[in-house]
Amino acid sequence: MSPADHQPFQAGFDEIRKAAATRQRAFAEAPVPRIHIGMATCGIASGALETKAAFEQALARHGIDARIHTVGCIGHCYAEPFVIIDHPESGFPPIFYPEVNAGKANMLTKLFLAEGDPRFEHILGATEENDMIPWIGEFSRFNQEKRVVMEKCGHIDPEDIYEYIAAGGYETLPDMFRRSPKEIIQQINDAGLRGRGGAGFATGLKWELAADQPGDAKRVICNADEGDPGAYMDRTILESNPHQVLEGLIACAYAVGAHKAIIYVRAEYPLAVRTITKAIRQASELGLIGNDILGSSFDLDIEVFHGSGAFVCGEETALIRSIEGFRGMPRHRPPYPVERGLWGTPTVINNVKTLASVAPILKNGAAWYRKIGTDNSPGTAIFSIVGDVVHPGLIEIPMGVSLRTLIFDICGGIPNKKKFKAVQIGGPSGGCLPEEFLDTPIDFDSLTEAGAMMGSGGMVVMNEDTCTVDISRYFLDFTQKESCGKCTFCRIGTYHLLTILERITEGKGSPADLKNLAQLSQDIKNGSLCGLGKTAPNPVVTSLRYFKEDYEAHVSEKRCPGMMCRPLIAFYIDLEKCARGCDACVGCCPVEAVFTTRNRKKGIDQSLCVKCGECMVACPPEYDAVRKVSPPELAPIIERPAEPLKDEK
Amino acid sequence: MVTLSVDASKIEIAAGTNLLAACLQNDIYVPNLCYIEGMDHPPASCRLCFVEIEGKDAPVPACTVEVRHDMAVRTDTPGVRRLQKTALQLLLSVHDVDCKNCPANRNCALQDMAKFLKIALKSKHLDLFLKKSKIDLGHPFLEYYPNRCVLCGRCIYVCRAQQAHTQLTFAKRGFDTVIGFFGNPQSSPPSCDTCRACAEACPVAALLPKP
Ligand SMILES: Cc1cc2nc3c(=O)[nH]c(=O)nc-3n(C[C@H](O)[C@H](O)[C@H](O)COP(=O)(O)O)c2cc1C
Ligand code: SF4
Ligand code: SF4
Ligand code: FES
Repeated sequence: MSPADHQPFQAGFDEIRKAAATRQRAFAEAPVPRIHIGMATCGIASGALETKAAFEQALARHGIDARIHTVGCIGHCYAEPFVIIDHPESGFPPIFYPEVNAGKANMLTKLFLAEGDPRFEHILGATEENDMIPWIGEFSRFNQEKRVVMEKCGHIDPEDIYEYIAAGGYETLPDMFRRSPKEIIQQINDAGLRGRGGAGFATGLKWELAADQPGDAKRVICNADEGDPGAYMDRTILESNPHQVLEGLIACAYAVGAHKAIIYVRAEYPLAVRTITKAIRQASELGLIGNDILGSSFDLDIEVFHGSGAFVCGEETALIRSIEGFRGMPRHRPPYPVERGLWGTPTVINNVKTLASVAPILKNGAAWYRKIGTDNSPGTAIFSIVGDVVHPGLIEIPMGVSLRTLIFDICGGIPNKKKFKAVQIGGPSGGCLPEEFLDTPIDFDSLTEAGAMMGSGGMVVMNEDTCTVDISRYFLDFTQKESCGKCTFCRIGTYHLLTILERITEGKGSPADLKNLAQLSQDIKNGSLCGLGKTAPNPVVTSLRYFKEDYEAHVSEKRCPGMMCRPLIAFYIDLEKCARGCDACVGCCPVEAVFTTRNRKKGIDQSLCVKCGECMVACPPEYDAVRKVSPPELAPIIERPAEPLKDEK
Repeated sequence: MVTLSVDASKIEIAAGTNLLAACLQNDIYVPNLCYIEGMDHPPASCRLCFVEIEGKDAPVPACTVEVRHDMAVRTDTPGVRRLQKTALQLLLSVHDVDCKNCPANRNCALQDMAKFLKIALKSKHLDLFLKKSKIDLGHPFLEYYPNRCVLCGRCIYVCRAQQAHTQLTFAKRGFDTVIGFFGNPQSSPPSCDTCRACAEACPVAALLPKP
């Protein structure tokens, strides 16, 4: 008699696990090479579909029997499309190749798979320790990460539930059903899990509040609306490992006593919609969702709701209104959704990352989770880091790591020998922090204290050629357009902020504008109804606080220190450096502003120039003759000869 | 019944009453635009009815609070007034202040509040932004003036209470938000012709029955 017979709900699950293990063994033990290709949206956008097709054709051409294994995103955007080739017969460990286009796919098939030469010059590293090829586990971009939520992302095929199960997935369910909902909540409380949707609200407490509501007409919702510009963590998780989110959602529903769950995912994420829909179907087929899950008599129905892509619909009360068929406008809280949510029933809304943290906690225990991160912010933080860093991408780190470590060690620092200027954390609701804050630990409370916020985890790193006024203008343009228009401060106030910022970036700002910006920002923060309005001024408030000199330069000197604001800059050609007759700049100028001077060098007609900077890009590095200056008056005036020179005709 | 203090007065009122309603019923004026008595979940969108409540660190809109026993409320603190003035100035910064030619002249919520809060109808430090289209004649029975509208939503609320199918909605987003008629209905229920609830609810003559 196996021990499972004494353990209710275990036998059913063990059968599923056995089936998964059998399939996995067949895959792992097949004596053929395996080619893992990252096929989440990021990979596809970089050409992974072409890469996959190229491998298929090349394999057929060379008559090689190999398995192509489509996986999700591994988080290394700079390396997309990436491929891991596991070719046991060659004697090499599995090898990670970055930026594999169709041509490289052909080449690797021929030279590595057919002839056994791994082409060292194209290798990023090996995915296992060995003594031939450097192991990626030793690279700081890999070894300073701590993967809890994204542990399996990029390693399993998200469209095959058995791969998740073979990797330990859904293991928490039988045990969970043997415990009471209260014990589950207790464990989440003990782990100190805080919501990853932005505000960092205690997840266990939220569940408890909903569980304490009478009746069983309750609902749980996974918030996958993710509308911040530059943020793509939730999409990646849904596309790379949807089942870990489902496992958390099942636990959440069980803990609060809900029998209906909804995944709210924006329709602009077609691949995520497809992956999660398929995952729900597969889990239902195995009886992990539906009626009487694993014989526990617990029923749960999970539906996918397609959001229409308004940023504000990520706000929980607006999200609820939009599911109910109303215009997605936030409502005043209280009542909170846990008291009166969707269709008036108690509703728990949790972020994708929050839910994806649940299964690891149930599996490894609260104490294990507490050991990761800091006292007040246990666990990991996931950031999508973009902008001026060498290795952008998705990164999961323990809370408490400093911004400096994240930007300079893990992401490789600022490219092109440029200096760091600022980092914008938390997207349009977040703040812009200067160098002094680089030693700030990344956790909910420290970031809020500094004036930024965790937000949903978008991070933009900016080098010295950045104008913080223009960055604020960019974010205000976004929040202004995405405001639902309901309340006075946000609808009208953010528009005033935006027009003032526009004025300043055009060099038409006044000292009174700076005062107005500061006061209006304060009132909008205090007066707005929902989080969108309350946080919309943050980019302005922080940049005014930490980069006042940027604003002052625009206002009093009509100068843009980052040289980004077009009305305040000019391009000119340094005659000392210009090579006679090279003409690279002439050809690239879209408005024919570049002319030939009397001594056959080039000049820019400032009255025509649209300041696109194309000439600066086109000028060959050995001449490097195009200069950018601010204010524009610094550009020397070079007369266009009245008569075109002969060779210009 | 509960007793609470609002500024210098003591008020006795039924438990569960909305705080804004309690103040207004007791002749304590708190600026407001979007609240209508009896609302189940007030929209709290105009952001004018701020008050300070002892124990809360920031001003809250009175229309979002139920009275509690022993509550201590202040309606005239500097923090409250600052928010109210800014909110009204913002509304006026998108308002076509042309009182002489406006049917609401002397019977206008904006004029009343400007007088109460002692602010000018034309702001000195905020730019004025008016929408290009001065009037929307898309509805068979109504005319709509976007540059008068304060987007309080009262019209939508009363319409929903009167009609089986609401005729009015918020349309567009952000700064461009306006009241819309779900496209341009050629066939509104004839009851619109006689109902006029929306026009009567409008505090600023932005929705009027067609002459
Ligand atoms: C304007 C706005 C947009 C938001 N967008 C999202 C979002 O895209 N995803 C999300 O999980 N939470 C978003 N939130 C936060 C949600 O309102 C809510 O707090 C969150 O989903 C709760 O989940 P958590 O407790 O797991 O963090 C947004 C909030 C605001 C104010
Ligand atoms: S703060 Fe902005 S998004 Fe939120 S309710 Fe007000 S207008 Fe709508
Ligand atoms: S039309 Fe009148 S009632 Fe309707 S939202 Fe505008 S101001 Fe309010
Ligand atoms: S009356 Fe309270 S916010 Fe409008």
